[in-house]
Amino acid sequence: MDEAIRAEGLVKTFGPTRALDGLDLRVRTGEVHGFLGPNGAGKSTTLRVLLGLMRADAGTVSLLGGDLWREATALHRRLAYVPGDVTLWPNLSGGEAIDLLGRLRGGLDRRRRAELLDRFDLDPRLKGRSYSKGNRQKVALVAAFASDVELLLLDEPTSGLDPLMEEQFRELVREEQRRDGRTVLLSSHILSEVEALCERVTIIRDGRAVESGTLAEMRHLTRTIVQADLTPAADAAATAAGLAAIPGVHDLATAGGRVSFEADEGALTPALSRLAAVGVRGLVSTPPTLEELFLRHYDRSGASGATTGAGAATGAAAGGERAEAGR
Amino acid sequence: MTGLAGPRALTGTGVLTGVGVLARLALRRDRVLLPIWVYVIGILPVSFAVTFADLYPTAADRAEFARTSAGNATFMALYGPLSGSSLGELVVWRGGFIPVITGLISLLVVIRHTRTEEEAGRRELVGSTVVGRQAGLAAALVVTLAANLGLAVVTAAALSLRGLPVAGSVAAGLEYAAAGWIFAGVGAVAAQLTTSAGAARGIATVALAGSFAARVLGDHGGFTVPGGPGGSWEWLSWASPIGLVQRIGPYAATSGAERWWVLAVAAGLVAALVAAAVALSARRDLGAGLLPDRLGRAEAAPAFGSPLALTWRLHRGLLAGWLTGFALLGLVFGGVAAGVTDLVEDNPGLGDVFTRLGGRAGLIDAYLAAIMSILGMIAAGYAIQAVLRLRAEEAAGRAEPVLATAVSRPRWAASHLVFAALGPAAAMLLAGAVTGLVYGLTDGGVGRQTARGLGWAAAQLPAVALLAAIALALFGLLPRLWAMSWAVLAACLFIGLVGSGLNLSHWLLDLSPFTHTTHASGGSADPLPLASLCVLVLALAAVGLAGLRRRDIPTT
Repeated sequence: MDEAIRAEGLVKTFGPTRALDGLDLRVRTGEVHGFLGPNGAGKSTTLRVLLGLMRADAGTVSLLGGDLWREATALHRRLAYVPGDVTLWPNLSGGEAIDLLGRLRGGLDRRRRAELLDRFDLDPRLKGRSYSKGNRQKVALVAAFASDVELLLLDEPTSGLDPLMEEQFRELVREEQRRDGRTVLLSSHILSEVEALCERVTIIRDGRAVESGTLAEMRHLTRTIVQADLTPAADAAATAAGLAAIPGVHDLATAGGRVSFEADEGALTPALSRLAAVGVRGLVSTPPTLEELFLRHYDRSGASGATTGAGAATGAAAGGERAEAGR
Repeated sequence: MTGLAGPRALTGTGVLTGVGVLARLALRRDRVLLPIWVYVIGILPVSFAVTFADLYPTAADRAEFARTSAGNATFMALYGPLSGSSLGELVVWRGGFIPVITGLISLLVVIRHTRTEEEAGRRELVGSTVVGRQAGLAAALVVTLAANLGLAVVTAAALSLRGLPVAGSVAAGLEYAAAGWIFAGVGAVAAQLTTSAGAARGIATVALAGSFAARVLGDHGGFTVPGGPGGSWEWLSWASPIGLVQRIGPYAATSGAERWWVLAVAAGLVAALVAAAVALSARRDLGAGLLPDRLGRAEAAPAFGSPLALTWRLHRGLLAGWLTGFALLGLVFGGVAAGVTDLVEDNPGLGDVFTRLGGRAGLIDAYLAAIMSILGMIAAGYAIQAVLRLRAEEAAGRAEPVLATAVSRPRWAASHLVFAALGPAAAMLLAGAVTGLVYGLTDGGVGRQTARGLGWAAAQLPAVALLAAIALALFGLLPRLWAMSWAVLAACLFIGLVGSGLNLSHWLLDLSPFTHTTHASGGSADPLPLASLCVLVLALAAVGLAGLRRRDIPTT
């Protein structure tokens, strides 16, 4: 079996809202797969369907080679799940919650448990109601990583963790990666986290997978930003009109003798030839970033991919958030 | 909702800043339930007035009814002593359980808007805005006190319009409101003590139950001569807030006038409770209780690794509380049953009535049947509460991680249902055994009476199980409508406590399973209703579990 998860055409509606709208997801055995999408895209719903907690209205799911809806308990023994919003029993200590969840799954590694508590700097004696959000998250992570399972389903596992603990988490995922046959599905809305950990990524938006592949493949999908200062003799307006006629050139703008635009991979050669023909004094090209692709998918208004003013604004805000998260 | 964050909220900087905004928030959240309970309970006394005037049209009829009812231990336990035979006095006596209800609702409302908010973390969100540190508590109290005042107005107006003396009508309304006010204060204090709203509700409800039990014992012990209070235990009734407010004595024709000064005592008690709550609230941190949280185990006990082990931890406090409460109720009701002997002997004039009821044994039977049916309804409340823990676990997101392990849905549900089934049964049997035992101590037949008490209690169990099964069916099939389980219990309580007095038609009375178990516990009824109850229980439980297997978790 080389696919740990295979979901095809998942549809899930909640009343009038269509949470999943024909979602496809394939996760290969042994890989760390990023599941990226903005809030409300359907990531948590997908994980719940995968776990057999929710039933899809249409589509098929196969997880670890089985049907979750029918053989849930047998398959659940082989996986661990960290929910997006961890709540603990108020009158149980964190240590008890860890042991309980581990034992319900079929046992956990005591040495590993102790090591994880140490690495996450977590006091297991506190009662559930006394933990902060980040500490509740740690309890769930310890319970999941201390279990000897083939598949980890992690729903935004780093929310509420401080940067130091986030690094610990990344280290843990990398360790899992090195062990044979361990599969991790990591849902996240933070690109840097996925970039740092995942071999393959699926981007979900409005309940549909909009991109799926390796990070290298995805970079090809992004655009190069080009900024050219034309020679004084050149007719900026005419050049711009010529560039605009090339398919794959977006967001064209001229200011004085300066032309800027974004170009898809295929549009680069014709665009540069045209620039070369009129003559350039200076040229700045910004290499494609995943961030830009990602934000294009996040931005609901820019459905066709054109980066609008609103998209740029969100981009700046999200970029700031990202910088903060990575610090 | 738009007015909530208006600029008026920003004026002032005292500890009460923002109380108006928060009070409006509370009113907005309770906009459906609050008017309903104020109105329904407010007009309940008038419905009694209509019934009594219908059944006993002349003063002579009413005097005869009062004479035969004054010595009835069941009535005394439920409603309190009957002081006279005027229509107003009969109405207020019949409504003797209303202060318990207003007290219960008031303490629940106050805790809902204080500790529940704090536990959920919403208080923190609100507290970070321009809101004084006592504003949340004050808003909850203002809303609850005002609702009770509204109830007093409805009651007084409705009774006066019915033609009853205005002073007595006002006194009746204020009696119910005063009970609500006092237990609003109790709720406010309890909300400061614990970090969990459930524990706060437990503490306040125990205070209410204790107050009711003290009232029953005091009224009974003080009732040496039918028709007039007096006796060595009567102080217990005065010490009980429920007994206290009843001693306002609306329409008290025999003693001359209402004891208005009792209201001042009640007001003083309310002021003291509120002051205590405010003082406690000022001393503690947000989210903290006065009773500290202790550290737990670093590692779980070796046996702590099954769904049942988890639910034992989640249910054991509830179980202990209910067992204690039911044992105490058994003590009280058993003691009252024992006293029925004295009543019969002290009042030979009642002889013919007792003979008609089947002599002393018949009277005790009738009393026990009534008491056990009421205990059964209370136990059903426990059963519903225990079943709905499933829903609480799901809604809080704690079901998901458990169901994502090797625990199947039926096994998870069963681990809770064990407590929903056995807990109320144990509480009922305990209450029945204690009632029989205490009664048997005076009767001389401890073994026989204990066995009888157990039998009475056991007869209620199918009805208790039915309400649990309804809650389970709702949880499995229509999880959003879980609160309907409580509505069903409320309907049963209404039919059981008020139904016969309102001359409801028989098919309506028959809708409540407790109507059937009450008849069945008399021993003469055919087993068909009980058997069909059991079949219904199993069918509803099966439907609920089937629904749970198929549906999404969580369903929000």
